[in-house]
Amino acid sequence: MPLTDALRDDILATVPSLRAFAISLSGNSDRADDLVQETLLRALANIDSFQPGSNLPAWMFTILRNLFRSDYRKRRREVEDAEGNYAKTLKTQPSQGAHLEFEEFRAALDKLPQDQREALILVGASGFSYEDAATICGCAVGTIKSRVNRARSKLAALLYVDGAEDFGPDDTVRAVIGGNG
Amino acid sequence: MKDVKSPAKNPAPGKQGGLNAEIQSRIGHQLRAMYDDVVRQGVPERFAELIRKLDVPANPPHVGETGGGTNNDGRD
Repeated sequence: MPLTDALRDDILATVPSLRAFAISLSGNSDRADDLVQETLLRALANIDSFQPGSNLPAWMFTILRNLFRSDYRKRRREVEDAEGNYAKTLKTQPSQGAHLEFEEFRAALDKLPQDQREALILVGASGFSYEDAATICGCAVGTIKSRVNRARSKLAALLYVDGAEDFGPDDTVRAVIGGNG
Repeated sequence: MKDVKSPAKNPAPGKQGGLNAEIQSRIGHQLRAMYDDVVRQGVPERFAELIRKLDVPANPPHVGETGGGTNNDGRD
């Protein structure tokens, strides 16, 4: 469809979540913004192929995801400072404890296979339906569901298995013992 | 998350890697917190400007090109 003012506004409105997706995927804010820019240029150049009334965010996310994929294949991963770099993008620096927890989470997310990471982000953070996420990733809905489940299991294992007693009744026991200490 | 099977009614804390609801809710919360932090930053000026500048005419003249092979919708 032609690039109307309304459509331009709609495209602009997808930018915040495109950036969040790009940063979640790449772990690097500079690279993420390059990805977003490239996505916008591609989207505008191919706007004729966008079907009016279809899901614009999903269309934009598909472009970004494919760009990230081809970029990834080209130069593998060269983002050793991912966490530090990501932290710089935060508007408000989290408190010390929260920051540590955040970095642990970020590091665990980076350990997921790419397929699982993108599926989890699309469904768990971007808020796409399983169906839309499947369209964006070019796979079956069932595949997305299983990737999301595996991603969640793996994150839980990475983040909480060792510290899972924090959730159990042991806390009370420990508090009692500690109190008597 | 309902299809997550817990291996036992009372999994030993810490050893089973059981996906209890509390852990899953924490993961979901952290994931959204990370994501929403970026979303809240809004649209950086460079992108707003980019879209303004690329003021593609609503009906591009389509000169040259004879074969209408413009089906690239960005999905490779």
